[in-house]
Amino acid sequence: MGLEDLFNVVKTRFNATAEDNKDDKDSGDSAVKVPDNMLFKCPRCLNVIMTDELEKNLKVCPKCNYHSRLTAQERIQLIADKNSFSEFDADMLSKNPIDFPDYEEKQQALRSSTGLKDAVVTGECTIRGERCVLGVMDARYMMASMGSVVGEKITRAFEFATENRLPVIMFTASGGARMQEGIVSLMQMAKTSGAVARHSDAGLLYITVLTDPTTGGVTASFASLGDIIIAEPKVLVGFAGRRVIEGTIKQRLPDDFQSAEFALEHGFADMIVERKSMRRTIAHILKLHKGAHA
Amino acid sequence: MEKLNKFTPYERLEIVRQKGRPTVRDYIPLIFDEFIEMHGDRLFGDDGAIMGGIGSISGIPVTIIAEVKGRNINENKECNFAMPNPEGYRKALRLAKQAEKFHRPVICFIDTPGAFAGVDAEKRGQGEAIARNLMEFMRLRTPIISIVLGEGGSGGALALGVCDELAVLENSIYSVISPRGFASILWKDAGKEKEACSIMKVTAEDMIELGVAEKVIEEPIGGAHNDVGQTAENIAEFLYKTLTKKMKIDIDVLLNERYTKFRKIGEFEEG
Repeated sequence: MGLEDLFNVVKTRFNATAEDNKDDKDSGDSAVKVPDNMLFKCPRCLNVIMTDELEKNLKVCPKCNYHSRLTAQERIQLIADKNSFSEFDADMLSKNPIDFPDYEEKQQALRSSTGLKDAVVTGECTIRGERCVLGVMDARYMMASMGSVVGEKITRAFEFATENRLPVIMFTASGGARMQEGIVSLMQMAKTSGAVARHSDAGLLYITVLTDPTTGGVTASFASLGDIIIAEPKVLVGFAGRRVIEGTIKQRLPDDFQSAEFALEHGFADMIVERKSMRRTIAHILKLHKGAHA
Repeated sequence: MEKLNKFTPYERLEIVRQKGRPTVRDYIPLIFDEFIEMHGDRLFGDDGAIMGGIGSISGIPVTIIAEVKGRNINENKECNFAMPNPEGYRKALRLAKQAEKFHRPVICFIDTPGAFAGVDAEKRGQGEAIARNLMEFMRLRTPIISIVLGEGGSGGALALGVCDELAVLENSIYSVISPRGFASILWKDAGKEKEACSIMKVTAEDMIELGVAEKVIEEPIGGAHNDVGQTAENIAEFLYKTLTKKMKIDIDVLLNERYTKFRKIGEFEEG
């Protein structure tokens, strides 16, 4: 779509909205109302497109190929066979281990706005007929930081997979350890890594898919431990925060620093796979490992 | 017993950061009969922020892995203010694997503000290096004992903290991130370090209460710097007792206990 076309689309929609408002007798406001979320500004290339265009493109920026964030629900729909997903531990809620002020309230608000109970959804499904355990992190929930619930659900998912001899596929996204749970969050890194170790010792396959953004304590634990590590194009992947590093070196970092491509170049990912091919790629890898899970 | 020094969390942070706080270099000759330092990760280089080698305590051969703080500016330049790079964690893993091969217990000393945040550290996979250590230490088939000497900051500390028993020096602090970083992330104000300290639960007592540590090692009145010899003696006593205890346990049982120690940390409810 050319720039001019885009403006035309926006114009017609704005006018349509304005028309609607005209009919509404209570609306004394003459200003044109722009509906929320109508436009999407790509955080990578700053290109602006219509949200429905983005959705049609699987939420991938058509200009720069940045793979923007999906909700856990959207991801599961895209990856799992239809109606095959059955969720684990759907009602697990975190407590407040260090009595952090307003932690409960903040979570209450997020639970009602996102419909999530915490930042990861885990369960069992089939992908093109291959049975596996699937975990998906959702950045809308406190930037998918890892506290007690995320740590426990991921650990249980691996333990279930180990007991039932199933492969694990983990779509990672996280700002890191959840500050509001203090040292308890830090320990989740060791706990999840331990569960990965046992799954690995049982000779079972673990695929990590790095999605936007995979950073901090999640990068420094289960996200980096996959037998096979896939990344989505243009997503943020790294350990330390960009601003922290810029503070250390006192200069601006290049834009491609800590990207999926950066991880691939430096040997920390096996491949970059586009969203439209993800399901096919994972199914293919699962099939090649069928013997391991017999 | 009523203790004379009960410092606030922030006072403790000041104590462990002050010049003169004993470092692992002060303790090693006082705790171990001998120590031979080993260098390099065999992959990239040698990190001065993590030292390692073999030694013995009361005649028991052990592998020692330690984060090193500098006692002056020159030492700090060499050890990067105890902020390890990936090659440091990989050196630690190499030495731990060597210990496993020769059936030596591993003793880790933790003392870092955190893993180094830098361009090269990212290029060489800081996250991967820490993750690898967490996984490999969890299944290392030899006893591991870790001690927090001063600051135990974030994943940079935990990379040497997967163990069978964790002890913390009385005034040391162990935290998910430095109090400064905590204040900066949650309140957008790094200056609120003191408030962060009081809310984060970082003290030795907190670690016992939260099931993170098993033992608090006493420091002399006023802090370890007031009597390095006494502190070293307290550490040595703990190490000898714990080593002899852990070495008697069947390794598969020990590995299960190690897994469970971390497995049970976390607070949640199920609806």
